[in-house]
Amino acid sequence: MATKQTQVTAKIMMSPAVLMLLAWMIVPLGMTLYFSFLRYNLLMPGMEEFTGFGNYEFFLTDPAFLEALGNTLLLVGGVLLATVIGGTFLAILIDQPIWGRGIVRLLVIAPFFVMPTVSALVWKNMLMHPVNGLFAWITRGLGAEPVDWLADLPLFSITVIVAWGWLPFATLIILTALQSLDSEQKEAAEMDGAGPISIFWFITLPHLSRALTVVTLIETIFLLSVFAEIYVTTGGGPGTASTNLPFLIYIQALLQYDAGTASAGGVVAIILANIVAIFLIRMIGKNLET
Amino acid sequence: MGAITLEKVTKSFGDVSVIPGVDLEIAEGEFVVFVGPSGCGKSTLLRLIAGLEDVTSGTIKIDGVDATGTSPAKRGLAMVFQSYALYPHMSVYKNIAFPLKMAGVDEATIKQKVESAAATLNLTNYLDRRPGQLSGGQRQRVAIGRAIVREPAAFLFDEPLSNLDAALRVNMRLEISELHNSLATTMIYVTHDQVEAMTMADKIVVLHDGYIEQVGSPLELYRNPANVFVAGFIGSPKMNLLEGAAAAKYDAHTIGIRPEHIELSTEGGEWSGVVGVAEHLGSDTFLHVNVDNIGLVTARVNGEFGVRHGDRVWVTPPADRLYRFGADGLAL
Amino acid sequence: MARAVTTQRKLAFTIIAWTVGLTLFFPVLWTILTSFKTEGEAIATPPTFFFFDWTLENYVEVQERSNYLRHAMNSVVISVGSTLLGLLVAIPAAWSMAFSPTKRTKDILMWMLSTKMLPAVGVLMPIYLMCQWLGLLDSLVALVAILMLMNLPIIVWMLYTYFKEIPGDILEAARMDGASLGKEIIYVLTPMAVPGIASTLLLNIILAWNEAFWTLNLTASKAAPLTAFIASYSSPEGLFWAKLSAASTLAIAPILVMGWFSQKQLVRGLTFGAVK
Repeated sequence: MATKQTQVTAKIMMSPAVLMLLAWMIVPLGMTLYFSFLRYNLLMPGMEEFTGFGNYEFFLTDPAFLEALGNTLLLVGGVLLATVIGGTFLAILIDQPIWGRGIVRLLVIAPFFVMPTVSALVWKNMLMHPVNGLFAWITRGLGAEPVDWLADLPLFSITVIVAWGWLPFATLIILTALQSLDSEQKEAAEMDGAGPISIFWFITLPHLSRALTVVTLIETIFLLSVFAEIYVTTGGGPGTASTNLPFLIYIQALLQYDAGTASAGGVVAIILANIVAIFLIRMIGKNLET
Repeated sequence: MGAITLEKVTKSFGDVSVIPGVDLEIAEGEFVVFVGPSGCGKSTLLRLIAGLEDVTSGTIKIDGVDATGTSPAKRGLAMVFQSYALYPHMSVYKNIAFPLKMAGVDEATIKQKVESAAATLNLTNYLDRRPGQLSGGQRQRVAIGRAIVREPAAFLFDEPLSNLDAALRVNMRLEISELHNSLATTMIYVTHDQVEAMTMADKIVVLHDGYIEQVGSPLELYRNPANVFVAGFIGSPKMNLLEGAAAAKYDAHTIGIRPEHIELSTEGGEWSGVVGVAEHLGSDTFLHVNVDNIGLVTARVNGEFGVRHGDRVWVTPPADRLYRFGADGLAL
Repeated sequence: MARAVTTQRKLAFTIIAWTVGLTLFFPVLWTILTSFKTEGEAIATPPTFFFFDWTLENYVEVQERSNYLRHAMNSVVISVGSTLLGLLVAIPAAWSMAFSPTKRTKDILMWMLSTKMLPAVGVLMPIYLMCQWLGLLDSLVALVAILMLMNLPIIVWMLYTYFKEIPGDILEAARMDGASLGKEIIYVLTPMAVPGIASTLLLNIILAWNEAFWTLNLTASKAAPLTAFIASYSSPEGLFWAKLSAASTLAIAPILVMGWFSQKQLVRGLTFGAVK
């Protein structure tokens, strides 16, 4: 609702953003699709030829693909489980009347701002190192043999590192949702004779469901593309034990220079991410109407 | 200054026609109220005059000059919004001074004008405050102050009182009327409340589905409603509108009887009925009588009239103040 | 309404909360502490916590041996540059979507969001090749452009939700008060939108500063920001923990401070306004 003049102005002001994003989406996507049907190795320029679904067949039948897919799902699932449950617990804890709540809150959210390469290296060296790491010192202090975390439990270790970074995100969002809960609702429930556990189960949790869904979906989007943490810790190994989908594609692309297969892998990754994205976009779209 | 003419003005949003076509003359210095139920197009009409929306077709003239394509800033009109639309980051002083600043008036004149407006509106002690620190009534006054200082050709009010509580609303009603008396500037006032329309207007424009149903002074509309819609909309409590046999007797499709004109008796009369809810206002009582074979009829009686729920009463329509309407809804 | 809480209960929760908080913060604290140790002390077993010879030599050496400041400058250029450019494009777009919405506005917003869902790795190959063809590998220009485009949907969305909260009435009032479009933006819209723009700026600088996919894959040395520079500490087997810690502390400190300031806005920005 406005005058024609403002509507025209509006269109002009919107177009740079729209056109740029359109180019950003269509051009690389089109190229990825195109490359994915070519036999195309960067070390052999000029030898490109059409191979149909050859790259897809090669990528999808590679035993490393299934392992990477499994690792991706395990990593996403593990981090989600840890952050959603841990985040709910932490949010409720911080929401209690405590001394120094502001400071505790700052301490808890700090890991989110640590860049992935820093957090991965700090964990890898100073905490998880089998000889000089702090964990090793603690295990020895308890009289046990130190664990070589990244060699023996690579995927688990990476899950821990990533979860540490994302726990603040979940906590912060759940806390925000928690604080928007109308206290009259809780009081009404108390008047109706509900105990603390019933209140949590029947009032708090349903109220949080939306925030929990949002946390799950957004984290999933980001977690599907975890890269730096693997890059600086295990390099995907030992073998392919901690290789996820993005890392596998990275290996195809920039270590083996196989642009065709990497692009086919890219298309697979896009399809996978889109399955999640559809749900997320629907959720947010619904919210837009209110 | 301040005569506004609308000629064949129409407005559609996409395929939806909100104002199918309006012709209206507003004389200089008049207090005109656009009244109608929500969605009747009254606010849209005001925004068309303000220039905040483009007309789809037709002409708007201000003081005889075609202003149809003129931007809102250049029409020389001032508007008071329903939400007051005060600038939250500016003090009261700066809010009131804003239009002057935009017009490039010098600081000394601004100061003098703002202070005199503040004095008129009892805002002198609040000039340094932010809108967030004011009560609803005070915010309303700031919005009016911001309109006054421009010395506009006409004031436009978009439901300015709907966010105030009942007592304050009565006060502000008086203040706005008082302002009109002293400034003698054209005012166009939009409301859905027929009481505001009746009490403030020189001229009421009743709108319904984008059409003007009737234009006239408050008493003209009260006495001679042009159709069933106006009859039902103007007057409180609402006019009783009866159809069927009761109306046929008077040779009409619908008959209308104002609650205050009904003769009520406990002994006898034309129609007999049972008292349902009785609303006691003190001076008056509104009785909702369930008349046999006709239905619910509201009557306004003296506050001392002693009947109770379930009592049988007799209702007599006044022969001289009975409104008759045809099947097309128009007055006969 | 709040009611009296027993001191015992409060104390118990306080202890639990502080323990958990400090545990989660520990890796950061440990990094900061280690950065002030000598290399020998950094790998000492048992580890020393506070009673060691505090030294600043790591900070000096990180700068001297590897030109830390250049990488830090790269990070600043990439994060601030991409964010400012993004704002330049996004402010007008968000403004028109918030104040002059059409039937398609919602679809456009949703579509913008969907571009954010595109996994970076899916377009790694073409972006890498394009940079190569244009001679933009290991250049700041490419990273500024890519991170700007990557975060543009978030910037538009955040601004949109902030602008949406400014009542349209107020802008119309300004128009009635005789303000031109330019004055309307300067005197009314901007002062009311500044808090929102500031938090958008802050959050996006944080996101760009910590971005570690494109910065790792498209830089080698010259244009490497801190993310890539620190990643280079992973390759040699030598134990330079104290220097790593010093470099890390410098890399995370400014962002940590900014993040603490913008924690409220963070939620809104990262959830696209779905949780406020």
